[in-house]
Amino acid sequence: MSSLGSALLGLAFLAAVAAGAIALAGRNGDERRLRLSRRVAYAFCGLLTACVVIIELAFARNDFSFNIVAQHSSIETPAGYKLAAMWSSQEGSLLLWAWVLSIASSAALYATRNKLRELVPWATGVLMGVAAFFTGLMLFAPDVDPFAKLDPAPADGIGLNPLLQHPSMMIHPPMLYSGYVAFTVPFAFAIGALVTRRIDAEWIRATRRFALIAWTFLGFGLLLGARWSYTELGWGGYWAWDPVENAALMPWLLGTAFLHSIMVQEKRGMLKVWNASLIVGTFSMALLGTFLVRSGVLQSIHAFGDNTVGPYILGLIAVVLVGSTALIVSRLGELRSDKRIDSLASRESIFLVNNLLLVGMTAVIFWGTFFPLISELFTGHKASLAAPWFDRYTTPLAIGLVLFTGVGPLLAWRRVSWESARRVFRVPLAVAAVVALALAFFTDAAENPWALALFAFAAFALTGLAQEFWSGAQARRQLSGEPGARALVGLVSRNRRRYGGYIVHVGVIVLLIGIAASSSFQTNRDVELRPGESTTVDGRTITYVKPTVAVDEEKFTFGSLLRVEEGGALVGFLRPSRRFFRPTGQEAGLISTYFAGEATSEVGLRAGLGHDLWIAEQPNVQDVQRGVRLADQKFKACVRGAPGTPEQCKALKALMHAAAANPSLRAQALGPISQAQALAAKRVANTFLTTNASSTFKVIVNPLVTWMWIGGLIALAGALIGLWPSRGRRRGALVRTEADARKEAKYREIRDAELDHATGKLSDEDFALVDAELRREAIEILGRESGAGSENGNGNGNGAHPREPEKLEQG
Amino acid sequence: MPVDPQRKRKIRLVVALGVAVLLAVALIYTSFSASTEAKEPSELLNAAPGTSAELTGTVVNGSIKRDGNGIAFRVVDRDGKGKSLPVTYEGTVPDPFRGGREIVLTGTVEGAGFVGEPETLITKCPSKFTTKSDV
Repeated sequence: MSSLGSALLGLAFLAAVAAGAIALAGRNGDERRLRLSRRVAYAFCGLLTACVVIIELAFARNDFSFNIVAQHSSIETPAGYKLAAMWSSQEGSLLLWAWVLSIASSAALYATRNKLRELVPWATGVLMGVAAFFTGLMLFAPDVDPFAKLDPAPADGIGLNPLLQHPSMMIHPPMLYSGYVAFTVPFAFAIGALVTRRIDAEWIRATRRFALIAWTFLGFGLLLGARWSYTELGWGGYWAWDPVENAALMPWLLGTAFLHSIMVQEKRGMLKVWNASLIVGTFSMALLGTFLVRSGVLQSIHAFGDNTVGPYILGLIAVVLVGSTALIVSRLGELRSDKRIDSLASRESIFLVNNLLLVGMTAVIFWGTFFPLISELFTGHKASLAAPWFDRYTTPLAIGLVLFTGVGPLLAWRRVSWESARRVFRVPLAVAAVVALALAFFTDAAENPWALALFAFAAFALTGLAQEFWSGAQARRQLSGEPGARALVGLVSRNRRRYGGYIVHVGVIVLLIGIAASSSFQTNRDVELRPGESTTVDGRTITYVKPTVAVDEEKFTFGSLLRVEEGGALVGFLRPSRRFFRPTGQEAGLISTYFAGEATSEVGLRAGLGHDLWIAEQPNVQDVQRGVRLADQKFKACVRGAPGTPEQCKALKALMHAAAANPSLRAQALGPISQAQALAAKRVANTFLTTNASSTFKVIVNPLVTWMWIGGLIALAGALIGLWPSRGRRRGALVRTEADARKEAKYREIRDAELDHATGKLSDEDFALVDAELRREAIEILGRESGAGSENGNGNGNGAHPREPEKLEQG
Repeated sequence: MPVDPQRKRKIRLVVALGVAVLLAVALIYTSFSASTEAKEPSELLNAAPGTSAELTGTVVNGSIKRDGNGIAFRVVDRDGKGKSLPVTYEGTVPDPFRGGREIVLTGTVEGAGFVGEPETLITKCPSKFTTKSDV
């Protein structure tokens, strides 16, 4: 099976190289070559899918002749984690990278099969180049062959590290990888656009969806990682400014900036250099994230042990950066903006400000993450920066972001008149002032001015967004006569991009409120308790009712039952515990092996909309360990046949002798031995219940932290609404040409202006001006098309008849 | 008073660049003053008391002892050579912490040992993370 896999992987590599080469050979618009290259790219995807299936089957069948299976799975590993074990390995994660890229590439090539004739060959070249790079790594770099064989195959594998046995392991890494990888698509098309000098908004329109998908995956992956850390790792935080976390956050921040600034290019033909640079930066950051976990250059809790592929990825990053920069510089002439920003008080200028804040934040994080290397360069010593340093910069930047996130949606494109500004800002400003005053007087939020500012700006932004939905629905109701709720649904579904985006804003602001509250107003205490004792943390009385023990073949679990009371009334019980795992693959043997493996915390968590009560336990197991040592000594004495050993012991010894003489009896002998051991282990572990041992409890009272997760889910929902295909597309208008896309974009712009006018953001005169200009541009597009025939040679007639811009009132 | 748009743009550009330069200077200044130097046990064994540092190294197998509310253990250089440094740390330790793991801990040298600041202990994860030599 593994030789078949190797062969398929080799074929996949050839397919990637071929698809790229054929596409480039067809760069002059050779239809046949383009079609062929597309098909070879699909085949590449099929081949890698087969490779993944072979590996996953090997995991499912416990085929330990696969090195990857033997190293990362075992017979006892639960089925779900067997499937997830693939990406816990270096080679498996590279395969996942390449596989996701092959899927994203196929989807992108399929989506653009009828448009962007000039651009697609180059984009295919870039996509397949990156794909060939990662496939080639697995084939040619040392120690990362996913199909490496083990001969002879071991009877059992090492198993998946217990720390990774968490449901998040099944989705968190694939989400992050999908996020990283999907940014390759807009990058490839940007390169194509630069090479062919087709630097209008076409490449953006064709790949915007991929950028949004990448952004969504990456964001959701980050959120899952934070959640995992919070509930599992026993330190109580969700973000540590760890280099690898930062490496995933940076492309996400740049991607956020990109998703906003491309709107300015689409609508206004501005910021072209900026957008091209942003996507190059985003893609480089994604590669950097892939590199960091494999390089060992920075101290991080996430790191693969082997450092074999780091230098190659660094080489790729260098090629990407140097090549793209040279390309952008050589095209500076064509990248000049079509228009200028009319006014500082316009949506595009707010987008620009938010972009600068996001890029500034990325720069801060980049500097902090790589500071150990920078400082080594200048001072000769590695020195690193801790969380307070990061917080000092990211806090004000994040607060600025919230403020401008609130301002942006309230302004119209191009220009805003005084009265309309006054009209739309009145309510949000009033609400923000009331919230700020109320918080300052009635809570202790004033102790932390940063947090207070964030809450006030968040109130401003959320009210502004609510007003957007409200006045949009009002306007629609007046035109269509629909009842309120239907009008709202109709409004959102007719303008998915805009209102989906607003819902993402709501989610992110709610998430930031959760972060601000939980990081500024958290109570965090370490207390040592014996059974029966209690302590009071932030008004909650916590009593250590009794210790608990569970023993099974793979672990000891020492825990406790805690009673939580608030104001004398019982709130509930919590059961934190700590698990001590045996290193896998050790059947019978000494009991002390239970303390030789990983230990993990099971957090006792009482989540609430107001507060979370979070408790992790570190039991004092010294007495138990002493008992274990004694039991092990007895066992050894028994095996040596010391004088005065009991009957049971003699029988055991006889069995072991028999097994030593005749290997076929081994299995038979092992049963009673491990049974005796299990019994002894249980007896020793149970002494934890009676020795009155103390435990150290980490007790955290975290205000509003639940809103982080809720906000994340709201943002996810918003992103999905924004991604959902519009009705026209679903109705079978799958084949869209460039001309169609351009027309549709212009219609959408007209509709946006109408909406802005209807919701009071554009004054009557401004609207008249803007509308006239947009309609002139629309007519120009239509005229160009009928004059030149269908410029893209599509024979399906789909784009031939100009549609009227759909108005608000049309359902 | 009408302002020449060309000039207005120039002013904006200067302001934006000024802000960027200010941020960069602040970053550089604060990062060098706020950072703590990463040192290995061999570099700290003979350091003067009160030296603060970020200790990096490997926890010696079997050296972890409970000590009241905290723990005491010994750390050696990452290459495993040289003498080990005694370390005390108050509070709870992260899940992956155990003998043989690489750690990063901020603290100061006191007497013959190193005292870690609470909440600063970072332990490198294994596995996703496993090396072949680790097995």
